[in-house]
Amino acid sequence: MSLLNFLVRRIIYSVFVLLGLSIVIFLIARVMPGDPARMAVGARAPQWVVDRLREQMHLNQPLVVQYGYWLSDAVRGDFGLSLITQRPVTTDIKEFLPASLELVFFSGLLSAVGGIGLGIVSARYKDTWIDNVVRVFSYFGIVTPSFVFAILFILLFGFTLNWLPIIGRVHEQTAVPPLVTGAITVDALLAGQFGTFFDALRHLLLPAISLAMGSIAQEARITRSSMADNLSKDYIASARALGIPERVVMGRFLLKPSLIPTVSILGLDIASTLSVAFLVELIFNWPGLARYGMNAMLHKDLNAISAVILVLGAAFVTVNIIVDIIVAQLDPRIRLSATRSA
Amino acid sequence: MAEEVSTHRGSVASITPEQIKEMERASRRENLGRNWYKFSRNPLSVIGVVTVILLILLATLAPLVAPFPKHAGPFTDFAHAKLPPEWGHLFGTDQIGRDVLSRIIFGLRSSLLMGVVVLALVVPPGVLLGLLAGYFQGMWIEAVIMRITDIFLAVPPLILALAVASVLEPNLWNGMLAVSLMWWPWYTRLVYGLAVALRNEYFVSAAEVTGASTAHILFREILPNTVSPILTKMSLDVAWVIIIGSMLSFVGLGVQPPEPSLGTMIADGARYLPDQWWIAIFPALAIVVVVLGFNLLGDGVRDMFAAQET
Repeated sequence: MSLLNFLVRRIIYSVFVLLGLSIVIFLIARVMPGDPARMAVGARAPQWVVDRLREQMHLNQPLVVQYGYWLSDAVRGDFGLSLITQRPVTTDIKEFLPASLELVFFSGLLSAVGGIGLGIVSARYKDTWIDNVVRVFSYFGIVTPSFVFAILFILLFGFTLNWLPIIGRVHEQTAVPPLVTGAITVDALLAGQFGTFFDALRHLLLPAISLAMGSIAQEARITRSSMADNLSKDYIASARALGIPERVVMGRFLLKPSLIPTVSILGLDIASTLSVAFLVELIFNWPGLARYGMNAMLHKDLNAISAVILVLGAAFVTVNIIVDIIVAQLDPRIRLSATRSA
Repeated sequence: MAEEVSTHRGSVASITPEQIKEMERASRRENLGRNWYKFSRNPLSVIGVVTVILLILLATLAPLVAPFPKHAGPFTDFAHAKLPPEWGHLFGTDQIGRDVLSRIIFGLRSSLLMGVVVLALVVPPGVLLGLLAGYFQGMWIEAVIMRITDIFLAVPPLILALAVASVLEPNLWNGMLAVSLMWWPWYTRLVYGLAVALRNEYFVSAAEVTGASTAHILFREILPNTVSPILTKMSLDVAWVIIIGSMLSFVGLGVQPPEPSLGTMIADGARYLPDQWWIAIFPALAIVVVVLGFNLLGDGVRDMFAAQET
């Protein structure tokens, strides 16, 4: 009951945050010099067409009224037409979002497994050469921007070693599975096309690792330091004194509380890969929402820009709520205090 | 000051205000020396400082130290295009014959300028809003400021910065403006948290009951106690601002050609992978060095202040 209570409060608050975000986006889109109606019909259209469109787009009314119209359309899923694709923005988003989610999910998986794994190894072999290698790796992982990783990986794994493909989601000649979820790996498995599945996985690898490197490094560092902190606590000493096997002490007593900070940072990192994906998708020509958004920005396609940011904002807020729930499940102190206050 | 001293009539009555100022200066020098000692105990921090100083020198003295200063501008020399690294061109030349090393050195200018200008634009308003929201906790001022802050923090700063930069004319200054618009909330949130804790301290209550003005309490009582976390955050943020700046120029929303910037150099060079790898790889490594230098420096500053508190 208390969790539900907490959840409802978080969701209501998030809706207000998103409303605020929509105001910010609307203002950004209107700061733009130039006439949106003129841009929509092109420079050669006669003036009366522009005038009629201005009327239709409510551009002659006060800003607040314009925002009201824009918002009521947006809530119903209508963001207008995209200037680049000449299709409803919502259609575009439906088409491009799954590819981005697939990439972000896969990169999140890599960060979780890679980061926590490296952190555990580093803490287990603390102050040996293994630990030092992981720490140096983490430092470089944190300071190197993901687009630099992308370039380095393309050169190394794509060209020099020729191990992995560097462009697109599947090979040109690979049969694309029937569209169900839009994520090719999942669709291929559903259709039983294992060849396509592995091909799609190979294409996912480089962009996903480029995205994940920073957060793998971050997670490794945090897991290591929080395990090292907890290792010197009294409850570990008493568990050992009671003769509980070291494997159980490490795996259950030490790992679980040590993962709490890792999980909260991981959530933030996954959410921010949504934004870094803007560059990585562009580099790998990944047909996702971020590449679509980036192209929209480069072509000043305001309807598409607004919609993409709002969708990503909603995704960001949702991920944060999920992380809060997971952390509450991991940490009995938060769970219990929520019960007591309710 | 003079009044305070005169209450201890006798032994210390002979101290003049000038002498007090001199003593204050001496103690400040001593603190500085102690901080530097703590900071320099970690060799990594010293490497960071040295790197940053070298980078700043390179950037400011670019016309003197770059081997081919003219190559930073609109310059073409197709006879010497795409030369691999060699003695004359340590990092090779790019697709139109410009020396990559010279362009990297000039490219440092916009990166470093970005870091400095954005923080200078962001910290004062961010801190001021944080102080106000924290001190007036529970009043409408806090609600308004912190809810607006939440909205900006609801989306990763890069996305909004890209969006703002894209609707403006693409150039270095608008890029800085875009990043600044998205960066202040982090300072507001930081200072807000500190101010909420500090407003209940006795020295703040004491100032309140003696009738000190709000400005005095905010800037003379609370602000000085938030300086070290703010400085720590600033020194760590320089690196992130530089990364975001390079991302903006990578996608073409920052510095415009022919002016060199590390981001645009990587984007241009990526088209010549893998055969002319040096065009993209050296600027990419340059970004790593810049960010690494500032990060080591930032970690050093953080550890220095952390050591102070214990």
